[in-house]
Amino acid sequence: MRRERAPLAIGILAAAGAAFFVLPLVGLVVRTPWADALKAVTSSDTLEALRLSLVASLSATGVALVLGVPLAWVYARIDFPGRSILRALTTLPMVLPPVVGGIALLLAFGRRGLLGSWLESTFGISLPFTTAGVVFAETFVAMPFLVLTVEAGLRSMDRRYEDAARTLGAKRWTIFTRVTLPLIAPSLFAGAVLCWARALGEFGATITFAGNFPGVTQTMPLAVYVLLATSNPEGSFILSIILLVVSLVVLVGLRHRWLGSA
Amino acid sequence: MFAAASLTDSFKVLATSFEKQQADVLVKLNFAGTPTLVTQIEQGAQADVLASADAANMDRLKADGLTSGDAQLFAHNQLEIVVAPGNPKRINALADLAKPGVIYISEAATVPAGKYSQQALRKAGVTVRPRSLETDVKSVISKIELGEADAGIVYTTDVRAAGAKVQGVQIPAAYNVVAAYPIVVVKGAKNSAAAGAFIAYVLSAAGQSTLASFGFQPA
Repeated sequence: MRRERAPLAIGILAAAGAAFFVLPLVGLVVRTPWADALKAVTSSDTLEALRLSLVASLSATGVALVLGVPLAWVYARIDFPGRSILRALTTLPMVLPPVVGGIALLLAFGRRGLLGSWLESTFGISLPFTTAGVVFAETFVAMPFLVLTVEAGLRSMDRRYEDAARTLGAKRWTIFTRVTLPLIAPSLFAGAVLCWARALGEFGATITFAGNFPGVTQTMPLAVYVLLATSNPEGSFILSIILLVVSLVVLVGLRHRWLGSA
Repeated sequence: MFAAASLTDSFKVLATSFEKQQADVLVKLNFAGTPTLVTQIEQGAQADVLASADAANMDRLKADGLTSGDAQLFAHNQLEIVVAPGNPKRINALADLAKPGVIYISEAATVPAGKYSQQALRKAGVTVRPRSLETDVKSVISKIELGEADAGIVYTTDVRAAGAKVQGVQIPAAYNVVAAYPIVVVKGAKNSAAAGAFIAYVLSAAGQSTLASFGFQPA
């Protein structure tokens, strides 16, 4: 790699830019009462929130894989009118305030919602205030990350392998499962991990759509928020650190998949 | 001005009329659950006045040495059960919250309203598991309005503020909890003179009648 020296102005601004992100994290680490950390981490409330967060975020990633990979495939391979509008709509949650997403989910899947009222009257299923509601909210916010990553993978893959399989008589489904999926495995993995990390951190849509109850809908970010409003805000610092470490590990681990070995 | 979420509508009006009275004062309002406000002040947020929904959080600020002078009570509030208009689940008493098929939601015990709700239920001898612990009174009301939940316990003033979109069911005095609202000048307030004047205005006959029009009981 070529060695290069940054112009002074760029160096200073870049340092300020980096400090903007690093300082808040340092603040969190410095102010966390580490002596109480072990006690807080092993308290039943924390463990319950951690367990629920893992269950919900992994389920959301599962749902996102089942629904999102086909969606990405359609976006990458089928040219149909309105594709770019549909793609924009399905990736909207990436930029939408999550609370707005939560309200939209209520209006669609809530007890009085478009589909929710039918679910309730026909099957007696009501999603708000349930763990399934948490999975819904997390999938809504996190799936676009998977769809975009997988679509990019599908677009950049070498399609000659699919053509070869076709000339050898393979059916379309066989080509998809035996040729396409293995070829895009790296972006599939990256998309799933990114989706999982986003689901793990989901707050706004969850508290709006699913509510907040320990063991049922109170995931880690909700527990952080609730604890912050008590006379023991330090407890939320420790939970924040746990979320921070998980996110950091995910990002550092994924860097190679995004940028090659940079 | 940092004020409890349940004071949102009344304090907006109080601030406007106070500004009219004082030519050169601009009141900036910040509403949130009282514990959140106290945490914000502890973490260095610039506040001149704190209007709290309970004594406990005021004591917390005092213990931090962040109050200037003694807190004064300026209003009282009571609890009511909030239900959808027409009361479709026929909830007439606290005990009805435990009926099967009723989705009851509460505020988290970290905000005063949640603590008061628990006290009222305990006094009435009712055991009911809320389906959700919302972070403030307004979200409880919203979820009743949207039809996601059937009942919650909120302040009388909140039921009144929500208008026709919800309905209140009174809680007998024997089980009810009276919430007392203290107000104080925050230590190190940049505008301590105006802060003191605002508190005096809230306690004045004009201020008290404004609060009464929102359903608060006098200090």
